Parts: sequence; structure tokens; C-alpha cells
Amino acid sequence: MMDRRSSLKYLFAGAAAAGFVFTACEPSQNQKVAGVPRKAENPFGFDRTPEELDRDLALVAGSYFTKDEEALINVLADIIIPDDGTYGSATDADVFTFINFMALDRPEFQLPLRGGLQWINHESNRRFNKQFVDLNSSQQIEIVEDIAYPFDAKPEFTHGARFFSTLRDLVACGYFTSKEGIDYIGYMGNTPHVWDGVPQEVLDEHGLAYDEKTLAECVDQSKRNEIMDWSDYVL
Amino acid sequence: MFQIKEQTPEYDVCIVGSGAGGGMAAKILAEAGLKIAMLEAGPDFDPADPKTQTQLKWYYESPRRGASTPTRGFGDMDMAYGDWEIEGEPYTRKGDSQFDWFRAHMLGGRTNHWGRISLRFGPLDFKRKDFDGKGDNWPISYDDISPYYDKVDKLIGVYGTRENIPNEPDGYFLPPPKPRLHELYLKKGVEKLGIPIIPARKSVLTKRINDSRGVCFYCQQCNRACNVYADFSSSSVLVKPARETGNMDLYVEAMVREVTTDENGRATGVSYISKHDRQEYKIKAKVVVLAASACSTARIMLNSKSDVHPNGIANSSGVLGHYLHDSTGASRSAILPELLDRTRYNEDGARGMHVYTPWWLNDKKDLGFTRGYHIEYGGGMYMPGYGTGFGMEHLNGRFPDKNGNMKKAGGYGLSFKEDVKRFYGARIGFAGRGESVPQKDNYCEIDPNVVDQWGIPVLRFNYHWTQDEINQAKHMQDTFEEIIHALGAVPNGEKPGPETNYGLEAPGRIIHEVGTTRMGDDKSTSVTNKYNQTHDVDNLFVMDGGVFVSQADKNPTWTILALAWRSSDYLVDQIKKMNL
Repeated sequence: MMDRRSSLKYLFAGAAAAGFVFTACEPSQNQKVAGVPRKAENPFGFDRTPEELDRDLALVAGSYFTKDEEALINVLADIIIPDDGTYGSATDADVFTFINFMALDRPEFQLPLRGGLQWINHESNRRFNKQFVDLNSSQQIEIVEDIAYPFDAKPEFTHGARFFSTLRDLVACGYFTSKEGIDYIGYMGNTPHVWDGVPQEVLDEHGLAYDEKTLAECVDQSKRNEIMDWSDYVL
Repeated sequence: MFQIKEQTPEYDVCIVGSGAGGGMAAKILAEAGLKIAMLEAGPDFDPADPKTQTQLKWYYESPRRGASTPTRGFGDMDMAYGDWEIEGEPYTRKGDSQFDWFRAHMLGGRTNHWGRISLRFGPLDFKRKDFDGKGDNWPISYDDISPYYDKVDKLIGVYGTRENIPNEPDGYFLPPPKPRLHELYLKKGVEKLGIPIIPARKSVLTKRINDSRGVCFYCQQCNRACNVYADFSSSSVLVKPARETGNMDLYVEAMVREVTTDENGRATGVSYISKHDRQEYKIKAKVVVLAASACSTARIMLNSKSDVHPNGIANSSGVLGHYLHDSTGASRSAILPELLDRTRYNEDGARGMHVYTPWWLNDKKDLGFTRGYHIEYGGGMYMPGYGTGFGMEHLNGRFPDKNGNMKKAGGYGLSFKEDVKRFYGARIGFAGRGESVPQKDNYCEIDPNVVDQWGIPVLRFNYHWTQDEINQAKHMQDTFEEIIHALGAVPNGEKPGPETNYGLEAPGRIIHEVGTTRMGDDKSTSVTNKYNQTHDVDNLFVMDGGVFVSQADKNPTWTILALAWRSSDYLVDQIKKMNL
């Protein structure tokens, strides 16, 4: 390692940029110099630059919604994505934490969501003289039915419909990116594997096949670890 | 008091930038035994370092589920520290000019996250003016560069197939991965129209090419930089071996301000601001290689003013910063009904497309626009991330459900939950990437009023598309619709029309900006000669996309690499001959 060691010269990787200072004589880029405080450990488990770490730690510690708003979001979330008997509901996947974070991360969500929640309670009070969370299920659905279909919403419900579409987006995203939602949607990747084409039974289902040319020219995965040899290759 | 500090010793070569061009220069020059200083504006980065890993992480590990942020324009898991706007480092636009400038500050630059589409320019691409009378020819031909394309193929690795298509030169390819299900459908539909569709050409290792890099394990995440180096990033494939020669010092967090010169106007090195202590430093070198990206290099040169170079270094022609051009881009998407409620299996492949359509109408002169485009295809069962489930009201009202019944768009409850699942993996995407005709009037210059947080005057962009690009985008949209109909698919959204220039993206958005320091034989109309050496200053080279005379409809990286290698060989030869 001596060659490498002498070739590395990190002159200005400073605390502001990398969280610790490197010097010319150190063998590893990950060693810190005494006296420079190290950043807090990264609890996120994936790469965060020091600036990103500061920002994200502050955001996850923050909250935007009141307790009442949180309760209302949770009721609406489970109306949007209920438990189906096998896979859980939106609240089982804790979509509120995601929605709260997004409201802080992208403040443009704040007003439409807060105002929309208020609209829901106004409508609920107008019809039933109660807050939405205190309605019975059929009363809640009566309101939701009026705002869940944006292209069919009556003029007096367009504001509610607009809000509901935004909330539906966030609830669906929070759910389908959770472990629960990924299981339900059936995504099977994000793991090392060897892609060797569409499974035969799926090809059959679709009446498709790989043609001879494709099979001949595509990679033979049994030889993937052999070093490519171009000696007989004619360009 | 503030003072500019000099570093010792004097280096043979100072390279500014660590992306494709700078990385290639570093590797070739360090291996030739020259003493190199490489300067990078961002931090060090190694795709194999677990501390900075995002590969194989789940989006639920991100509190924003992978959404983009001001520090990562392509999302939380993407491996480019950068965005269209960078805090503290602004740029401006003059009048109603449009230009969006993506920068990534980190070792390896944008090569850590790019699409790995690795296309050679063809013979026609170097001599377009001879064919259509517009723009200018390159001072080199395909024969000048093809030996270097060959070497790049073998050094770095690219999959593809020998197709023998005119102007789409074949290379030393690795075998491609098999098409996925939506790509088999695309092949059927596209071929029906007589439009070619062939295996993609991407710098991803489907087989080993040496013992120092691994082979692709098909996680679909090349944009996160590969832990086993199975795709091309300059950081892992070029800068790493350059460092291992022991001939290179790396200066990170170093924001280069200008090229320093002696009384005769020759380069003596560079000055830079350390982001760590905000002090200004100088590096002395016998030769300076700028590879900071087309616009950053132009900015450094325009800011390098002296008595000998009153308009910026190597700018006696006045064209420095001019002929800036990006690829055109327009896109569309559709739902393929055969893919609704599709059977699940692990469909992760190499990132992005496994097949694409090269430009197929080179012989036509009556299309109403001048240059061509290729089509990139998207689709498949991707890892659900930010945006999954969004906008269902634009989908579920347009297709009958499992029982053949139409329903109202939007909804909630179990039927909504099932709809998200039903439409998952049924979308296919089309993206045209085309050649624009370089214009002298499209340029970047120094804004007389604005500096960045390092005190360096910033760029101001002047850029307008011409009717050529707009008409080309219209052709793209027409073609996408033809393909969509041939597939029996259902297009999403309205077809973009004249009110949006047919969906033509703003210049800069495709991140193929080149041309600011173009090469040529005539020093009154170009900045460098055909070896990337500036006409005015013999010890100043440009090895990024700035030297492009025109950029074909091909993604520029493979040509940047080949030209940088060719130029580095020339540089070494000039040093041996005592000319530098």
C-alpha cells in the first residue's frame, strides 16, 4: 500500500465538506484527524452528505401537523387504503410519518393539506354538525364519495376533490413504498440476481418468444464470469 | 491578511475536473510517468465505499422515499451530488433565454450516475455540413477517432451488438442482456413500422473484462454508482488506477478560479479557492488540462484575463463560450393493456433500456428539420419509490377493470388499492434524444454583475432553440404516437403540440451540453486544434465536451473519452519531443 499511500494527498477535505479532515500522510481516507469533531452518526443507513445529514435530521425531528390533523389524516388514509384481510392498511404502514415529513421537506404541500383538512371538517360540520373523525363510517363515506372522483365532482366540491387527490397521492406513495406495500404490489427485485430473460411461463402467457438472433447474441449467463476475449472478434 | 498561497512542487500537468475527460487524461498521463495534480470541486468519492453507498438500499430507508432534494436533483438515492441549481453557486440567463445547467461536484462528477448509453459518432456525424449545409464540419473524421473508440471499448467495456448500420459504428462489444417483457412488445410494434430497434449500447459489464472490476448483478441501479465497479464511472475506472500509479495528487473541495499565465501568456498553472478555508491557492504546472465540463471550463477560461488575453485565455477568436449546444429531448408515455395485472417476477436488469432505436432517416432531406434523433424506451416493474401511486385518477377511469366494467376516475378503498397494483409495470415510456444545430448566438458569457460564494464571476446563458429543433420534436411526437398505436397501447395525456414546442425540453435539460471551446483548423473560428490543444496557448488543453463541433444524436461521453485519450497521447508525444 505504500505507493497508494504516498500518492494520496487530501489537502482540503474539510469539516464543512466531508465531516473530517484528511492529511497527506494518512493511509486511509476514512481516518479522522484528532481535534476535529466528527459528525453525528448517520442514522439513515444510506449516503448523506454532511449538509444532507444536518437537514434531514432536523426534518425528521420536526412536526408540521397538529394532533387533531394527524388523527384526521389517519382516518382518511385508512379510507383510501384499507386492510384487505391479507395486507394491512395505510396506517399499518405509518403513512402519516411520511406525509408529515414531506410537508416539512416540500413546504408547498403545507397549505393545500392544512386547508384541505379544514375544508373536510367544515363540510362535516355543515352536513352533520360534527368533526369528520367523529362521524360514523357511512357519514364519512358520504362525504368522501363527493370528492374522490375529481372529474365528476360537483362545482361545490371541487376544492375538496383537489385536496383528496393530493392526499390520495401521498397516502398511496407512503403505502406502496413501505415494506407492506412492496409485498402487496409484488416487487421482487433490489437484490443481486442474474437476469436471463423473461420466464418461459410468462412468455407463454403473452404468446411471445425470443427469436434466434436475440438468443444467439445475448449474454450466456453461464459464462458471465469469464474474462471477455475479443481475439476472434471481427469489427 | 488575505494572500494567495503557492503550492509546491511544480507538476507536469494540472488537470481540472475528474469526470470522463479529466479521468481519462489522468489515467493516460499518470501511467506515462508524468506528475499530475488533479483538482476536483467536490469531495472524494469511491463507488465501493460502504459509507456512501445507496446501491441496494430501499426507498423506505429514505424519509422522503427517494424524492429529489435541492442537493440531489435526481433523488435521494442517486449518486450525483448536484442539481440544476446549486446553493451559493448561481448562474443567470439573459432576456428570455432558456438554459438549465446541471452540475455535480464530486470525484467522478456526473459519470457516477449517468445513463451509461455509450454510442460512437458515425462518419456522417463529423461531416454534417457537407450533407446539409448547416453548422460546421469537425476537423477530424471518423477514421481519426475510431482507433480510440476501439481502445475505450476494451478498457471500459460496453455491451451491444454488431449491426452494420451506416453511421452507427459497431464496437468491441460485450454481449447485451436479454430484452424484458415490455421490450419484446416494443420490438414487435416498432419493427412493424419498419423502424429499427436494436440492443442498447451501454457501458455495463455483462461479462468480466479484467480482475479489478466485477460483473453486473442486475440491480437496475447504475445511477447509484456500482459497488463492484460493474459500470463505468470515472471515479472507479479511471481516477482510481491513476492514483494507484503514485504519480497523482488529488486536490478535493478545490474550486478553480482561473488559469494563471506568465508575461507571454503561457499557462503557469491554476488558482483555486479551497472550500475548506476559503483561501486562494495556486498550483504550478507545465501544462494545464481543463476538463471541468463544457460550461465550467468556458467559465474558467473567460475568467482568466490578462494583458495578453484580454477577453479570456485562448479567446483571440472570440468564440469561447459560443456554439453551446445540448441534445434535444421530448417524451411521451403510454399504458400497454397486455401488461395490466401482469405476472410478477424479478425483472431488474441493467438500468434503463435493453433496446433502443438508432436514427433511421439519414437519407431523408425533406423532413422539415435537419438532424436526427434516437429513441430510448422505458418501462418495467421498478422498485416502488417516490411518485408510486400518484395520479391514479388519470389512469383508472380509462381502462375497463378485470370484469370489463368502466369506473369513475380516482376513488378510494380496496378497488383503489387494487388499481395501483393493476397498473404497476404497465407503463411504457418513449424519449427522443436528438441533435441540434450549433449556433454562434447560443453562448455563455461572464455575467458582469454576479459572483458566486467563492467570489468567482458566474456564467450568464444566452440560448434559444431554432425551428429545426422544434420541428424535430414534432417528428418525435408523431413517431411516438405511431409506435403507441402499432403496439395497441393507449397514450397518456394529450399529445404535446405547438404551444409547448411539442414537448421540447429546455436547453441543458438533457445534460449533454457541449461546444463552448470547439475544435477546428481555423484559429479565427475555433478555440482548440484537432488535438484539443488551444490555438493561442500551446500548454493549455481542453479535454471535456467543450471541444465538440457538433454532437450528433449520440450521448457525448464515449466521444469525450476517445478524444481525451487521443489528446493525452498527443500531449505525451509533444512533451517527448520537447515541444511543451
